[in-house]
Amino acid sequence: MEIKEIYDTMAYGPAPESADEAIHFLESHKRKFKLFINGKWVAPSSGEYFDSINPSNKEKLAKISEANETDVNKAVAAANKALPEWVKIGSHQRARYLYALARQIQKHSRLFAVLESMDNGKPIRETRDIDIPIVARHFYHHAGWAQLRDSELKDYKELGVIGQIIPWNFPLMMLAWKIAPAIAMGNTVVLKPAESTSLTALLFAEICQQIGLPNGVVNIITGHGKTGADIVNHKDVNKIAFTGSTEVGKIIRRATAGTGKKLSLELGGKSPFIVFEDADLDSVVEGIVDAIWFNQGQVCCAGSRLLVQESIAEKLYKKIRARMETLRIGNPLDKSIDIGAIVDKAQLNTITKMVKLGVDEGNTINQPSWSCPKDGYYFPPTMFTGVSPSATIAQEEIFGPVLVAMTFRSHKEAIKLANNTRYGLACSIWTENINLALDVAPQIKAGVAWINCTNVFDAAAGFGGYRESGFGREGGKEGLMEYLKPKIEESFTDQPISIPKHKSNGTLKKSEASLGIDRTTKMYIGGKQARPDGGYSEVINDINGKYIGEVSKGNRKDIRNAVEAAHSCNKWTSMTGHARAQVLYYLAENLAIRREEFASRIVQMTNQSKADGLKEVDLSIERIYTYAALADKYDGHVHHTIHRNVTLAMPEAFGVMGIVCPDEFPLLGFISTVIPAISMGNNVVVVPSEKSPFSATDFYQILETSDVPGSAINIVTGHKDELAQVLAKHDDVDAIWYFGSKEGCKAMELLSADNMKRTWVNYGKYRNWLDKAQGEGSEFLKKASQIKNIWIPYGA
Amino acid sequence: MSNTKMKVKNMKSNKKQISQHQRNEGIPFDSSLFEDINVNRSAVERRAATLSGRRSVKKQWQAAWLLKAVSCIDLTTLAGDDTESNVLRLCAKAKSPIRLDLLEAMGMKDAHIHTGAVCVYHNFIKDAKKGLRGSSIPIAAVSTGFPAGNIPLTEKLKQIELSVAAGAKEIDIVVSRDLVLRSDWKALYDEVAACRKACGDAHMKTILATGEIPTYTKVAKASWVSMMAGSDFIKTSTGKEPVNATIPVSLVMIRTIREYHELTGYKVGFKPAGGIGKAKQAINWLVLIKEELGDEWLTPDLFRFGASSLLGDIERQLEHYVTGRYSASFRHPMA
Repeated sequence: MEIKEIYDTMAYGPAPESADEAIHFLESHKRKFKLFINGKWVAPSSGEYFDSINPSNKEKLAKISEANETDVNKAVAAANKALPEWVKIGSHQRARYLYALARQIQKHSRLFAVLESMDNGKPIRETRDIDIPIVARHFYHHAGWAQLRDSELKDYKELGVIGQIIPWNFPLMMLAWKIAPAIAMGNTVVLKPAESTSLTALLFAEICQQIGLPNGVVNIITGHGKTGADIVNHKDVNKIAFTGSTEVGKIIRRATAGTGKKLSLELGGKSPFIVFEDADLDSVVEGIVDAIWFNQGQVCCAGSRLLVQESIAEKLYKKIRARMETLRIGNPLDKSIDIGAIVDKAQLNTITKMVKLGVDEGNTINQPSWSCPKDGYYFPPTMFTGVSPSATIAQEEIFGPVLVAMTFRSHKEAIKLANNTRYGLACSIWTENINLALDVAPQIKAGVAWINCTNVFDAAAGFGGYRESGFGREGGKEGLMEYLKPKIEESFTDQPISIPKHKSNGTLKKSEASLGIDRTTKMYIGGKQARPDGGYSEVINDINGKYIGEVSKGNRKDIRNAVEAAHSCNKWTSMTGHARAQVLYYLAENLAIRREEFASRIVQMTNQSKADGLKEVDLSIERIYTYAALADKYDGHVHHTIHRNVTLAMPEAFGVMGIVCPDEFPLLGFISTVIPAISMGNNVVVVPSEKSPFSATDFYQILETSDVPGSAINIVTGHKDELAQVLAKHDDVDAIWYFGSKEGCKAMELLSADNMKRTWVNYGKYRNWLDKAQGEGSEFLKKASQIKNIWIPYGA
Repeated sequence: MSNTKMKVKNMKSNKKQISQHQRNEGIPFDSSLFEDINVNRSAVERRAATLSGRRSVKKQWQAAWLLKAVSCIDLTTLAGDDTESNVLRLCAKAKSPIRLDLLEAMGMKDAHIHTGAVCVYHNFIKDAKKGLRGSSIPIAAVSTGFPAGNIPLTEKLKQIELSVAAGAKEIDIVVSRDLVLRSDWKALYDEVAACRKACGDAHMKTILATGEIPTYTKVAKASWVSMMAGSDFIKTSTGKEPVNATIPVSLVMIRTIREYHELTGYKVGFKPAGGIGKAKQAINWLVLIKEELGDEWLTPDLFRFGASSLLGDIERQLEHYVTGRYSASFRHPMA
């Protein structure tokens, strides 16, 4: 084009980034990549290779190895072999390696950026300005954590070999999020990149060689889903970290159930983008561009559901439509391109199908007037307006550049609409009213809340979901916990610990044993004593088989009622930590008044000595004190992220938790599990000790006299594993704790997969509840809460 | 209030009839049009920061864009030691900003490239007139007690009248920051409207001096008031404030221009000034305008740079484009 013509039209021209260096890298491997195992390039045992395609022009980039089970075994063995030395070299040496990785990535940043763009189809603008800088930052930040591991996290130790499976939407960024914290904490890893985007992981392998990372600390093996499954199922892998679809996440949850493998899952989303009428609408429009047209909308936390206050909806839609026109789609290596190619044909088909469905279902489609290039897998930015929550496109994750918009009337309705989803990854809230923003953010069920911003990430802040968006966090101190375990776990035993029977067989004096008039032990649901739905009772004998009484036999309907009751009132959840502490102290006070009676009950059920019974009651009182004390002290952080903002990491209650108590220690086991859960503001449905339920059923009299809101603690007695399974299968239970048999633990994890319930189980290992180090502490609170990161940029 | 809204409504319906070159006639003061504005600084800065990364202009496109930038420069001298001789040199440069051999090499010899205007103090209008004889380049004069603007309104109006009488076709006025800081919007409106009246046929550029306005929200409100009062251009800075034109503050201002255009149909021009000395910066500003206001604003009628040293850098870049060799400033005639 002539200068004169450009002068008159002021058009943009092509501005291609050179691919030469990236092609040189591919050629250096003869465009055929082996597996990176034990620091060396190894040909796949299968002898099979598959193609990596550039989605922007459908050209073949390279052949990638298909790793099979033999290769996975090799890689895990290499990681295992490298582990002891990697642990031994200590914090500082590991920090040096992480620092070197960060530096090396930075030195080769453009090569990574170009290669990523070619392999994935995302614009060079994004890989250059966003992905790769985040990668380098992640390694720098975690070099710091590696250095501080021994001093700041001395109660924890590494897990061992970590299996990591990452998606194709942010290939190198997800690699960094997985590998940096894992190796910083002293673990070794086997990582599998997504089959369509393996190249930057393989370049990273070269970087590991260049800095002299000890062999086997990082192993990169490529392949399809089967390779991933082999990693998941490998017996020597101690943890699986997965980012990908909710569907596969559930498969992994089921596959690892009961194995004791630690799991973190970062899954899908349908994140709300909420715009209030006082928001800066021009900035909102750019926010929407960053929310749904960033990375072609192939972002798990994409703000894909636009919720707009009715009063400004038309005005905003008009602005968005105008903005869509100025977005530029095309060759991802062009520096003036906003939207690149969809990762592959299959994904393009999925998006196309969903959009067609959206049209067929009668939603109004908005697309720019320009058309997409034909040579690659492109899809135009799309907005559906007038969408109702019942539309398929409003419920299902599309994972493409497709926004669905609907209106709301009030902030209360906005919150309801926002939470009307199975997912809970992120939300974005736009208003210039800080009162409104900080009112709404905690009420959205999502792991990340971005106020007046969106898709902002940093190594210092945790990222991860609520609900079916998975669990676990990446980034921040909370993210490190995914790669550590408390050292105290090593003291757990294979058999339950309980107090031995007293010599005198715990026979009580007549006056102590007599409980007077026959007592009907009911359950406790919604603050009321409730008869069991089935109308059956169960005989409870003491440890010698002597009849002591009968307890209600709860069934699935009782669990249903209890869960409903637990949801019915959020009074407890909305109380301040101080107020909850006051109630807990009051509980302790009332228990202390009835110390003798509770001790006698324990003696009656367990035949232990009166002194031991009293000890259990006293320890229970003390434990309540501990959690009352922590209720207003276990709090969050303000993270040092690199942007100008306050990033609040707030522990939040899950909502409704199921607590399946240990069989041993009828009172202390109940207190040790129920009290930490409620101290964080959860409402709970408790299944007390099956063998010895009376301490729990006696306890509701204490609840009634201690200002505990009726819906906070619900007690259902009966067959433990039967009731536990009903809880695990209940989709309105957010988390479940289970203390019991190995098989029971497995069942909990298996059945919880469907709604991605958070589970905490003992894998058949037993705590000594009498030991404070094992039986109480902030570890319990960590398991009773999840962290929400709220990003609040500021500036007058 | 309802009365003014009605008027606005009428104007809106007349939108189509307003021709591209019609001046902004202003609209009645109506605070409801801007009092709810809330600009989010962080979001604005984020957009501003990523904009230059989103667009890249290379090769002949870069050359063409830089030539466009030249055509939009208000080539300026506003120094205490200005005299006739340096003003005349400036005018010569304005008429012939790029070496002829370079223009020829770019196929732009017949494109009549000259700067958008020459901008001087009132006292040098006569010299500029002399220097620009035979060209269509307008003379812009800074006025109204430039740069601080703290003189009586009657004096301001008299200054404008004198400058217009002396031959200035464009008048760059400064707003009373005092009125902006105290949010006395009606008084600001009256002041700017009075200046506009005094300008007559001369086009008026209203300098907000954004470096002295504490928040973007206030910048946006001051922009609205200035446009309502009939400014042909709104301009960021005098060049004398501690902070001059920045991309974020420009973004805030041009978004109000867009809204004002949507409401009234009037196209108001934009002029960033101060601190713009590099060709790369000029490209960034052109990208900003293209992206946020559209191609129709990429003309000297609606966009100007207030700059003195920018031209020199552009000349060197253009020579590099033509020859492939990095240039030196002494190879280009000085202003």
